[in-house]
Amino acid sequence: MNVIGLIEYIIVALMVISAILAVEWRDLLAAAVGMAAVSLFASILFFMLQAPDVAMTEAAIGAALSGAIVIFAVKRTQRFETEEEEKPGWWVRW
Amino acid sequence: MVSLLKRSLAIISILVIGYWLAQGLAGVPFGEDKMLVGHYYLQHVKEQTGAVNAVTAVVVNYRGLDTLGEVTVLFIASTGVAALLWRKKRERTAKVGGSPVLTVGTKFLVPFVMLFGAYIFIHGHLTPGGGFPGGATIATAFLLLYMAFTIYEIPHKAFEKVEGLAGMGYVLVGLIGLAIGGYFLFDWIWQDWQWGVDNIGRLFSGGFIPIIYTIIGIKVGTELSGIVDNMLKEEVRE
Repeated sequence: MNVIGLIEYIIVALMVISAILAVEWRDLLAAAVGMAAVSLFASILFFMLQAPDVAMTEAAIGAALSGAIVIFAVKRTQRFETEEEEKPGWWVRW
Repeated sequence: MVSLLKRSLAIISILVIGYWLAQGLAGVPFGEDKMLVGHYYLQHVKEQTGAVNAVTAVVVNYRGLDTLGEVTVLFIASTGVAALLWRKKRERTAKVGGSPVLTVGTKFLVPFVMLFGAYIFIHGHLTPGGGFPGGATIATAFLLLYMAFTIYEIPHKAFEKVEGLAGMGYVLVGLIGLAIGGYFLFDWIWQDWQWGVDNIGRLFSGGFIPIIYTIIGIKVGTELSGIVDNMLKEEVRE
């Protein structure tokens, strides 16, 4: 396997990890950052897949603007998710 | 017990849907050269639109009406945000300004970010990108200004007017095409006036693509800045 392919797999793995963390974290500010990180890694991946225009859009809208808007929404409501009674792990939460 | 039943039902339905999708996708020949429309665009894009960037030519020229719909969707979204968050008197309530790193960095970077956004949408027919990425980049410059300075606000009156004029300009370009060429969003500069025929690959070519993308860039930039402004300001009671 060449180096570029390996880097692509690592970025995909980072994307999946940050997506899971964005769902799992109770601190909504951190979850918003995780959501922006998914977009950032997706933007790098788009660039490596030779779609620089999509990469620019993803970086500007996904990583910067939507992350900022979610953070503004968190600021207006509350920072921490309220506890629920039933909480199985992420793999069985339907 | 009930939840177990529900879960197994969910698993079974997911498996059924997954099998169905896999069956459907198995018939699609991935990686084979079957895209006739794409080939047509790639072969004829230069003489038909004058643009070097085929993606832009498809978005603005061949599928211009769809792009007008997209701009309309963005306009409705921005209007919806403004209507949902509407209050009689709203002000910025932030008390703590940005850190020195953010403030100084913003002072340095904002002109360059705006310049880069303008470059993206003006050179949309030559290099990757176009009105939507360029407008979003300009909006991130305004986001930086909002985050760094507690008193900063966009000039609302001017932005609303510019936004409306840009939207009208898009329709106006399309209507001029209707008057000259016979159908809406006809590329009159390229097809009728033949401007920039011996200039392909330079800035002044590509028919009306640079004009429309400049309009879209300005519109998207002002709209997204307006959304950021609406999300940030809070109601003030006397």
